[in-house]
Amino acid sequence: MSELATNIAATHPMIGEISDHAAESTFAEVDDHNRVTPAIEFRNVHLSFDDKKVLDNLSFKVMRGETKIILGGSGGGKSTIIKIVLGLLKPDAGRVLVDGEDITNYNEVQMMTVRKKIGMVFQEGALFDSLSVYENVAYRLNEQGVPPEQIEPEVRRMLRFVNLEDAIDKMPAELSGGMRRRVGIARALIGDPKIVLFDEPTAGLDPPTARTICELAMKLRDLEDVSSIFVTHEMNNLTYLCSEYAVVNEAGEVVFEREGERLCLVNSKVMMMRQGNIIFSGTDESLRNAEDPYIQKFLRGR
Amino acid sequence: MNFATRALLELQETTLLAARAARGLFKRPHYVPEIITQMDLIGVGSLTIVLLTGFFTGGVLTLQTFPTLAFYGAQSQTGRLVAISLVRELGPVLTALMVTGRVGSAIAAELGSMTVSQQIDAMRALGTDPIRKLVGPRLVALLVSLPLLTVIADVVGIGGGGVVATGLYGLTMDQYLTSVREGITSDDIIGGVIKPLCFGVIIAAIACYKGLSTEGGTVGVGRATTRAVVLASIVVIITDFFLSRGLQYLLGMPVA
Repeated sequence: MSELATNIAATHPMIGEISDHAAESTFAEVDDHNRVTPAIEFRNVHLSFDDKKVLDNLSFKVMRGETKIILGGSGGGKSTIIKIVLGLLKPDAGRVLVDGEDITNYNEVQMMTVRKKIGMVFQEGALFDSLSVYENVAYRLNEQGVPPEQIEPEVRRMLRFVNLEDAIDKMPAELSGGMRRRVGIARALIGDPKIVLFDEPTAGLDPPTARTICELAMKLRDLEDVSSIFVTHEMNNLTYLCSEYAVVNEAGEVVFEREGERLCLVNSKVMMMRQGNIIFSGTDESLRNAEDPYIQKFLRGR
Repeated sequence: MNFATRALLELQETTLLAARAARGLFKRPHYVPEIITQMDLIGVGSLTIVLLTGFFTGGVLTLQTFPTLAFYGAQSQTGRLVAISLVRELGPVLTALMVTGRVGSAIAAELGSMTVSQQIDAMRALGTDPIRKLVGPRLVALLVSLPLLTVIADVVGIGGGGVVATGLYGLTMDQYLTSVREGITSDDIIGGVIKPLCFGVIIAAIACYKGLSTEGGTVGVGRATTRAVVLASIVVIITDFFLSRGLQYLLGMPVA
């Protein structure tokens, strides 16, 4: 393992770092008490807009390094969950914990420190139109007052991660939908947040581009130990994220392997929402075997 | 919610927004480059329309009032009348209305489209307070630019009045300017600068609030823009009345 890591470190500086870290901590992790604290935890969260119940007594946990896929039809409260984690919305009742820290009653100033740990990928990318790709990705570091000479290599590293280094000087208006989404991911990942939230990142993209986005999410999960919430209503995303994992091969390239019939090690859990309630929570295998007519309808499309 | 409750709520939210933006100006980080960009967009960008409005307003004032003054044999006082009307009322109000139309609409549309495309959420997610980053600089820019634009409009307006008075009605520039100088007092000028300061806050607060509270996609952006311009114009005109009364009270009733 460590031999492999050094190999890779020579070719891929970023992956090298991670693998080094992974190599040292493979066994230490078991005793690490920090890992017992969930990255995100909802306890009996309620939220209504006017008379409409959006979240009804919602409780769930996202463990460290886990990808929680939230499925469900439109208007089921999926995006609301993400906004609550970020503190963009406040729940009417219940507690929300990020990294074991109760953020429910945090004000905007306190939230700013929590948000530093979180990367957010918005539905349409939500890039700042008036700023170039470089300025968009550099935004968080600029605001934190990081010196410009340290920002540039970071921005390039992130853009390389999403495979868009060529677009560094373009304006968002010149990019295609998939590229905008990838720049959005690069922007979310700068500063190496340990929690990443995806809000329908593949909506409206062609299948190969959607696949690229899922691969990025898998790389984060398997190589960077990132916890994430992945909101989607597309079934192929679920298939990718639950049946494949990213590894670094001998040549130092990231490859995706199918879990096959062997022991399932893919760290993804599925949660299905309907009208503000969790109607399913577990692995993708048990989701496919679930009896619930709504779930069956969702899986088959009719 | 009925109309009165909603109006009160909006008044409260708009005031709070302006207050939070103002408070944010005294904290780090200071968004100085943003302030300068906004001053350029708002102040320098509005110069042309303000010059044109000022010049022709002054001109038409002379054009319309000279015959009446001549009827009373007071045509030599044309300059006084034009100057006082411009410095006390028309300069501040017309400049504010022009800036509302040009800048207020732009602010509401820009912030509105940022809101509907989730850029405001993204900004917060990336650790920036949009009120300090977006509202603060616009508030400062309007607060600085509007009085300057008003003074420019006043000066150009008096010039425009002079051109009409000399060109069409045969007054000499000397006569005209003498009556201008006799007519204006320092109180008029102070009042004429206090007004645009208040209007600047009103335009910035309403346009930013309407922009940031946009709902309902691109249609919502259009609606927010229209409402911002209409509301800001009306509030400017209503405030102008009460400000004028307040200034009369504070600075003493003008004699002329």
